[in-house]
Amino acid sequence: MQKVPTFSKGGVHPGDKKVFSRSQQIERLPLPAELVVSLSQHLGAPAKALKAKGDTVIRGEKIGEASGFISADVHSPVSGTIKEIRKVTLANSVCCDAYIITPDEQQTVEFAEKFDWESQTSASLLSQVKDMGIVGMGGATFPAHVKLSVPKDKSVDALVVNGVECEPYLTADYRIMMEKGEQALLGAMIAAKITDAKRIIIGIEMNKPDCIENLSKIAKENAYPIEIIGLQMKYPQGDEKQLLKATINREIPSGKLPLDVGAVVVNVGTCNAIYEAIVFHKPLFERVISVTGECIANPKNILAPIGTKISDLLAYCGGYSSTPEKLVSGGPMMGFSLFDVDTPMAKGSSGLLALPSKKAARSTACLNCGRCVAACPIGLMPAKLYRNIINGQYEEAMKISLMDCKECGCCSYVCPAHLPLVHTMKTGKKLGRKKK
Amino acid sequence: MNKPSLTVSSSPHIHAKSDTASIMWSVSLALIPASLWGIYAFGLRSLLVLGVSILTALVCEFVLGRISKEDTLWDGSAFLTGLLVGMNMSPTVPLFIPFIASAFAIVVAKWTFGGLGANWINPALAGRVFVFFSFTTPMSSFKAPRALAAMVPDSLSSATPLSYAKTSISSGTLGMDTSALLSNGGYPTSSFADSVSSVTGFSAYSVDSFVGNVAGCIGEVSALLLLVGGIYLLIRKIITYHVPATYLLGTALLSWIFGGIPAGLGAFHGPFFSSMFSGGLMLGAIFMATDYVTSPITHKGQIIYGFGCAFFTFLFRFFGSMPEAVSVSILLMNIITPTIDRYVLPRKFGDTKEYRKQQKEAKV
Repeated sequence: MQKVPTFSKGGVHPGDKKVFSRSQQIERLPLPAELVVSLSQHLGAPAKALKAKGDTVIRGEKIGEASGFISADVHSPVSGTIKEIRKVTLANSVCCDAYIITPDEQQTVEFAEKFDWESQTSASLLSQVKDMGIVGMGGATFPAHVKLSVPKDKSVDALVVNGVECEPYLTADYRIMMEKGEQALLGAMIAAKITDAKRIIIGIEMNKPDCIENLSKIAKENAYPIEIIGLQMKYPQGDEKQLLKATINREIPSGKLPLDVGAVVVNVGTCNAIYEAIVFHKPLFERVISVTGECIANPKNILAPIGTKISDLLAYCGGYSSTPEKLVSGGPMMGFSLFDVDTPMAKGSSGLLALPSKKAARSTACLNCGRCVAACPIGLMPAKLYRNIINGQYEEAMKISLMDCKECGCCSYVCPAHLPLVHTMKTGKKLGRKKK
Repeated sequence: MNKPSLTVSSSPHIHAKSDTASIMWSVSLALIPASLWGIYAFGLRSLLVLGVSILTALVCEFVLGRISKEDTLWDGSAFLTGLLVGMNMSPTVPLFIPFIASAFAIVVAKWTFGGLGANWINPALAGRVFVFFSFTTPMSSFKAPRALAAMVPDSLSSATPLSYAKTSISSGTLGMDTSALLSNGGYPTSSFADSVSSVTGFSAYSVDSFVGNVAGCIGEVSALLLLVGGIYLLIRKIITYHVPATYLLGTALLSWIFGGIPAGLGAFHGPFFSSMFSGGLMLGAIFMATDYVTSPITHKGQIIYGFGCAFFTFLFRFFGSMPEAVSVSILLMNIITPTIDRYVLPRKFGDTKEYRKQQKEAKV
């Protein structure tokens, strides 16, 4: 029997908990009364505001312009009026300007007309991806046009599509692969054309056999040149480093990018967005978000406009079934806990979780058990880093590769002493940078 | 909508089901079968010895915890240390000895360095070695186990098979392997072991030391039940195979290759299996050398550490003059552990051979 591939170093096996929202078809959210569209929905510099208070906007109109190389445009998700512009705090604790938009009662703009993509040059496709404000939708929100523009001195031979969705609970990508499989595959082919990649590979974990089946069927029927690989379930396989190791057995060295090993990784949700951007000329102003968790009355996968307040999503799902202890934006391993139900969702919001209260385990002293070292997919020594950081030895911590930590949470997850390892790494990185 | 009070904290928001206390209590649980065997084989006095050492450890932990304002009594680590100290006592020791050993373990070896996680040597072993060198005679007089009690001549009753064989060799009886030495000296075997031996062909002495029908410390005699506990810990993923496997197999291999030399048998004639089952090796390899705090943090380091323990154990057993091979070996390797952790690092992701080669070429 052939061995099911996965990445080799570290990783953990949290229960997948996708059962809550797995079978719920994507539903479109009724238009909320108010939207909070922030100008920083991507990694990099916030977009520059193009509108002012009182202006009217049209659905899909550009309202924020990319303000640097790593930045992305922002588009209005509705036709309506800008009530005001004010500072808001986002799920990831970034504070930035946001439009407060009151939607019109009648929404007339639809994106139904189809345009041909096969006849276009890759340069024009790339510029459209930029104009439509596409960012990585797995959570990192790296601007897609930057990722897809291959520098002259590098070449890409493999485009790896991330259909792993290794975070527990989340089912947004799962639903996209089930319901919009063809769009996602075509999106991947557009991305491959832009990057001139010869191979397209989709990695999907084995807890989603129906996705593998569905996509394989679509690819076969239409003779799309796409390989679909089933992967063992292991977190964090959805990280690009681990995904490339699992699918094409290449390792990205410290501080390097997938481009350095001749590959580009695109999330399956991003592929869908790219397809819609190119074929329907539809900017990225709405996305699928899983609203799930033990405390949600009716868990759902919702197609919601960007800027929807968390409270509107919760209300649509029937509120809480029991009192949650935490609201989390994103997955439970890397997501951000929220303190305000009026926080808006953004381009990177893949999930909203309401998690039940657990008996808080007390932290004890580090036992040197080595579980964090065994779990770290990057090969760091979290226990040692922790010791250095709490003692203020930031330089020592940087010397043993603190900056390579990607905060995946494996070390904290397994730590029997319940030490706040990831929290400490985050703090250490900030303070370490400052010291330099 | 009702507004619950939300907890805000750093990711991850879920956690594996394990904590310090559950680990400590599971290890203690894994030791129970072997302890019960000790109580069965050597009588109820063993229970008294275990009780004194555990109670002392708990009281010391409680008092020191109070002083340093840490509530660590129920994390199970003190109970485990006390249990291990007791299991490392001869069943005949005067009761002040386990008291001193446990107190030394908790107060000196553990708390003077800052309590759980900060000690640099295994507290239970430190306690044992401390009392061994302080009260050598009572610590090295043993009692014949129940199965052999009626058969052992008085002159042998307090010797373990290992110490007996060693004494015979040093007094000039050469050319015989361990079981020949033992039967030559009139060391008895249990009827159970005789029947197993006649069926399987293993020496009856090996069978007795595997099952636990030998003189020795309360908790170390039954290799079989210690192995059962070890397998339980492996299944629960509380320990990994790296330390026990390298330690046991390393000792067996070295004993087989070189262990016959002092007895005049030449190379490759030493004991292989019986070297794993005799003395405190099984207890040491599975439960003492695997102590998280005092063993290396990386798997690579743990393999080096396991072989180091094996090397010293072999050396002390066959060429040393004291019977404390396992304890002293592990303590020695405890001391080397920080050095191992400093230099043996995990391979970083992406640091492949090709990448290193590229880097080198780029520099040139």
